[in-house]
Amino acid sequence: MADGDKTSLADRVGEVGERVRNSQAWESIFRPGSPFKKGYTDSPRNRSYVIMNNVLYHLHPVKVKRHGVRLSYTLCLGGLSFFLFILLTITGIFLMFYYRPTVPAAYADIEALSTSVAFGSLVRNMHRWGAHLMVLTVFLHMSRVFYHGAYKPPREFNWVVGVVLLLLTLLLSFTGYLLPWDQLALWAVTVGSNMAGFVPVFGDQVKFALLGGVEVTGSTLLRFYVLHVLFLPFIIVIFMAVHFWRVRKDGGISGPL
Amino acid sequence: MPDIPEHLLRRSAEARAEALGVPLEQVLAEMGLAGEGETPPAALEEITLPVQPANPDTTIPDDLRVREAAARQAAVEEFEAKAAPAPPASPVVTGAPEEPAPVVEVPVPVVEEPAAVVEKPAAAAAAAAAGSKIPEALLRRSAEAKAKATGRPVEEILAEMSGGAPAEPAPAVEVPAPAVEEPTPVVEKPAAAAAAAAPPTGEPTAPAQAPTPAGDRTTTITAPPVAAPQGTPEGVRPQRLLTVVRAKAIQQVKAEPTDKVSVWPHLLLIEFVALLGVTAFLTVLSVILQAPLLDLANFNLTPNPSKAPWYFLGLQELLSYFDPQIGGVMVPTVVGLIGIMAIPYVDRNPSTKPSDRKFAIMFFTFFLVASATVTVLGVLFRGPGFNFSYPWSDGIWFDDLKDWISFE
Repeated sequence: MADGDKTSLADRVGEVGERVRNSQAWESIFRPGSPFKKGYTDSPRNRSYVIMNNVLYHLHPVKVKRHGVRLSYTLCLGGLSFFLFILLTITGIFLMFYYRPTVPAAYADIEALSTSVAFGSLVRNMHRWGAHLMVLTVFLHMSRVFYHGAYKPPREFNWVVGVVLLLLTLLLSFTGYLLPWDQLALWAVTVGSNMAGFVPVFGDQVKFALLGGVEVTGSTLLRFYVLHVLFLPFIIVIFMAVHFWRVRKDGGISGPL
Repeated sequence: MPDIPEHLLRRSAEARAEALGVPLEQVLAEMGLAGEGETPPAALEEITLPVQPANPDTTIPDDLRVREAAARQAAVEEFEAKAAPAPPASPVVTGAPEEPAPVVEVPVPVVEEPAAVVEKPAAAAAAAAAGSKIPEALLRRSAEAKAKATGRPVEEILAEMSGGAPAEPAPAVEVPAPAVEEPTPVVEKPAAAAAAAAPPTGEPTAPAQAPTPAGDRTTTITAPPVAAPQGTPEGVRPQRLLTVVRAKAIQQVKAEPTDKVSVWPHLLLIEFVALLGVTAFLTVLSVILQAPLLDLANFNLTPNPSKAPWYFLGLQELLSYFDPQIGGVMVPTVVGLIGIMAIPYVDRNPSTKPSDRKFAIMFFTFFLVASATVTVLGVLFRGPGFNFSYPWSDGIWFDDLKDWISFE
């Protein structure tokens, strides 16, 4: 409260805040109906504007069926898969600062990450457990969709896109598995790529293309690294865009059971 | 049957009458619309119906929707108010090309017993007036089609349709309904065309029918002064297909209201909490559990057992039972990939109720349980040499879990 002709710090901060919210810059950032805009009131119209005038409109309609909001219906599995992908992208970018995909450097970089980088160990752990969690949530999301019969017309094709997304998730996880270049990584990928060798007719060729050689080597490491940080994320983002778009276009969330 | 719009009922009755070869009146009687008179403009009503999309745009804010509904209601009321007292302005063409005698019907609201003829007299009048609002292009198209069917010049028909008919009072031709005792018709039905060709009699017969006793249900078909080449068979209502409207669009005029909530704040709040929850869970997990980092990769030192990542361990498990061509190729690609992708195309059952899809649920549950079983077997119950081992006595041979179990 103002004491005499002096103004208190709170008043001055409030005044600055008011001036910021009145400024043209602030006004330009938020589109009409945003809760951050001055004079926002909770009304049906503004509730619509919050979504409609927002980038979120790409993900969500203005309204959803009431049963779709029930947590027990979707368990947020699809959304959590997407969120985990974002989380993995963020932590992955952090890891890329400290990692070199070469045979002499890779293992040492991962070791150094745990010992000499602030939060390095935590971020690596989050990346790894988050990746496992994402495989799990994508799989559970698929199961949820099946049990709700949500793949039925007109959503058939989106189911196919979803299966592709599951496959890409597995491939992302698998290519990331090799990058620490420890015994676990080397032999798990060896076993996994041996399975690829059983493909009829083209087995050896598939394995060769996957590994960049007849067995896991330094070129495999580089190949998996590029696939992991660039190619597969690029592909999966495209498929995710189609997936989300089709969810909207195919009638939103599926009906109640 | 108050729920089904009248014109739909009528159309359905007509279709049925045509299919079964019985008179329309009989079908109508079966449907509980006995004795209901002709409501000629029904076909036109279909065309002028505001066709609403089956799935209304959910992005329209509520208040806009309400305002639009009010405006529409007002428009309808205004239209009905205007239409009710108005005499028919122009004839409605309903002659069907496939019928031997296309007859131009003039819907004169000379209805003796409004209650018996239509349920809502006002609606009938309104619909009759709607005849005057036919777009010119449609009228012209209809006239052309008619000209083609009858072999007369288009101009002549157009002139009849726009000018001649409403000027003089249309003579009414009685079609005897089952209950009519003494209809005193001017002419019998097959001669309708001839009667129409004759100059109008000035005194419509319809008012003469007014004092007939209640329950005497008559159907009034009024013919304009048009010379039709042949008579119309008894019980056949001539009509012309003016346009084809998608059946779905007509039948789902009103979208079923669904219970919806605003994404903001209801859904976004839940999502935000879910994101926070997962982030917290993952952070805590990452603080507690160290991700495994074994020794530097060594090509000369094969660990025993060598295991794939856990999501491939089920496959590795299958490989120990089957030939690699089956366990490593057939199962993952045919069953795991193509099979799952094909589910929506194989499962043609449209129902989503669990009770209707027991087989599908059983099948998928079997798939889930089987994959979970082989994965757990591969992770926990496989020791050195990928031989069976028991985790409680032989320990866990899965390095991904190394720090999970050493955690104290």
